[in-house]
Amino acid sequence: MKFLAKSMVLPAIAVALTCVAQAQERVVNVYNWSDYIDESILGEFTKETGIKIVYDVFDSNEILETKLLAGGTGYDVVVPSGTFLARQIQAGVFQPLDMSKLPNAKHLWAEIQRRTDAYDPGQKHSINYMWGTTGIGYNVKAVKERLGGEITSWDVFFDPEKLAKLQDCGIHVLDAPAEIIPAALNYLGKNPDSKDADELKQAAALLQTVRSSVQKFHSSEYINGLANGDICLAVGWSGDIFQARDRAAEADAGVEVGYSIPEQGALMWFDQMAIPSDANNVDEAHEFLNYIMRPDVIAKASNYVYYANGNQASTALLDKDVVEDPAIYPDAETLAKLYVTTPWGARNQRLVNREWTRIKTGQ
Amino acid sequence: MKRVLQSIAARSTIWVPYFWLLLLFLAPFLMVVKLSVSEPAIAQPPYLPAMDFWDGPPGWWEDIRQFSISNYIFIMEDSLYWKSYLSSLRIAIIATSLTLLIGYPLAYGMARAPRAWRPTLLMLVILPFWTSFLIRVYAWIGILKKEGLLNQFLLWLGVIGEPLTILNTNIAVYIGIVYSYLPFMVLPLYANLEKQDVSLLEAANDLGCTNRQAFWKVTWPLSLPGVIAGCFLVFIPTVGEFVIPSLLGGSDTLMIGRTLYDEFFQNRDWPVSSAVAVILLLILIVPIMLFQRSEGRAKEREQ
Repeated sequence: MKFLAKSMVLPAIAVALTCVAQAQERVVNVYNWSDYIDESILGEFTKETGIKIVYDVFDSNEILETKLLAGGTGYDVVVPSGTFLARQIQAGVFQPLDMSKLPNAKHLWAEIQRRTDAYDPGQKHSINYMWGTTGIGYNVKAVKERLGGEITSWDVFFDPEKLAKLQDCGIHVLDAPAEIIPAALNYLGKNPDSKDADELKQAAALLQTVRSSVQKFHSSEYINGLANGDICLAVGWSGDIFQARDRAAEADAGVEVGYSIPEQGALMWFDQMAIPSDANNVDEAHEFLNYIMRPDVIAKASNYVYYANGNQASTALLDKDVVEDPAIYPDAETLAKLYVTTPWGARNQRLVNREWTRIKTGQ
Repeated sequence: MKRVLQSIAARSTIWVPYFWLLLLFLAPFLMVVKLSVSEPAIAQPPYLPAMDFWDGPPGWWEDIRQFSISNYIFIMEDSLYWKSYLSSLRIAIIATSLTLLIGYPLAYGMARAPRAWRPTLLMLVILPFWTSFLIRVYAWIGILKKEGLLNQFLLWLGVIGEPLTILNTNIAVYIGIVYSYLPFMVLPLYANLEKQDVSLLEAANDLGCTNRQAFWKVTWPLSLPGVIAGCFLVFIPTVGEFVIPSLLGGSDTLMIGRTLYDEFFQNRDWPVSSAVAVILLLILIVPIMLFQRSEGRAKEREQ
């Protein structure tokens, strides 16, 4: 009996001690896109603030949204893209930021702020982490052989005859109607942010004409596909295509990947950091956001992931191959041609998704 | 007193499986049914009525009055859904037949192998389970793609002049399903075939049957319970399969698992996707009931 008592008391004390230790340890749970940060930033944050980061990653907005809408995620900082953020704010998923805890917000870039206003009016719920474009990634050699030049226009994708010439070497398209339908609308000369059902159907009809040349609608396989030379054209996210470009260069197997923001313009997207309403570590989350907005920190992140950020003061600290690459930091003329979109209403969303299924499956 | 306690204990053991079913099948199923008669909303959670347990009966009644079957009507009206169901059933039937065609000789060979080999052979069938299912399906991408192992091998043999496009087609889906579910076919077949008494075949031979006749008149009918069990173990999960068609299939591979995924994640329409799931379950219940009836009959015959 004595032994039993002893053997029970000791673990109890141990448990009690660890509980106390845990209560004192400050933690922030961050849920970000996969491959989207220089991991040394996380370690330095902990070293400076003493706040431990539990870092977890996702690879699609849909997965993040499903978790957020179900509630009780346990995350303190999440990183949805613009249109998703807008709808999630409507659903009451996020809490307003306490700007007094975010002095570094003064470094933010007014132009990017102005554009993200469409999703988060007044930037009350989010700060910009990275932004980029949805354009065309391609295998330089394969495209030159078949079309005799570089890609500068959406013609290569939306003109069925031109696209058919690339069919044999593989074409992938993002499986995300919110990215591709606006491009089709823009190509037709309509407002890319159109909410008109007829215009949306016209955009879908245009995509139907090029459907037969597309090998796959998928939102991540094209990174490997382009890098390995398995496919020669992908309509995808800028940073993913840069990643493919770097992997191809590392592998040194004769594959050169190019990225084009076509002359007709392209969709500009934003990944925004926000704090869920049911976050447990609100103070720590603010400290994390404030840290991320420090120019040297966000510059380090951009230098690593090859995306532009929404922090003007960081521009001077960026590597030359990032800030001087017009595909990452477009010049003023190109920037003016980039457009943003807002979420569709429930009815249009269903219409677009139904059209999208029809495009993908023929049903 | 002791006897009373014993009888209570005996009765409660009977209730354990029922409790299990209630907890792990009926309760989640009722939640899905409830969701399927709700309406989508931009809210957290994304449907109405949310039905809070703490509202009490009056609140529940208020919520129940809001239920509607509009999601089911919606599914009936759009051809996408029934075409997805049909296409899933077709793919599942073809894949199950292929699995049987490959699995039966395999199980037969194992059951007739020297007794000392059998544990090793059985181990080889189970061995693939030691690697993650997802990784094994991914590996098929490397095998089936245009510059993949299969095409390179066939080119080297000179069977084909140009690489075949197999990946992202229905053929790749069939290959993936047959590969992944083969053990589920082989194991019940093997268990059945191994137990069969070889002297029955000798008797058939003595009575003038050729080996082939003996197989069809003795072995095959006796193995039918194993065939049925194997077919259902393959067919039922295949109908709702999501991973294989999304990794190996093309964009036009229509399967209900993918339609359901899109409905849930892309449309954010939890109610409609729940309705799709409820109908899928109803479609699957029919073959399961047929299966149980044939099982029951087989048992009666044994007695």
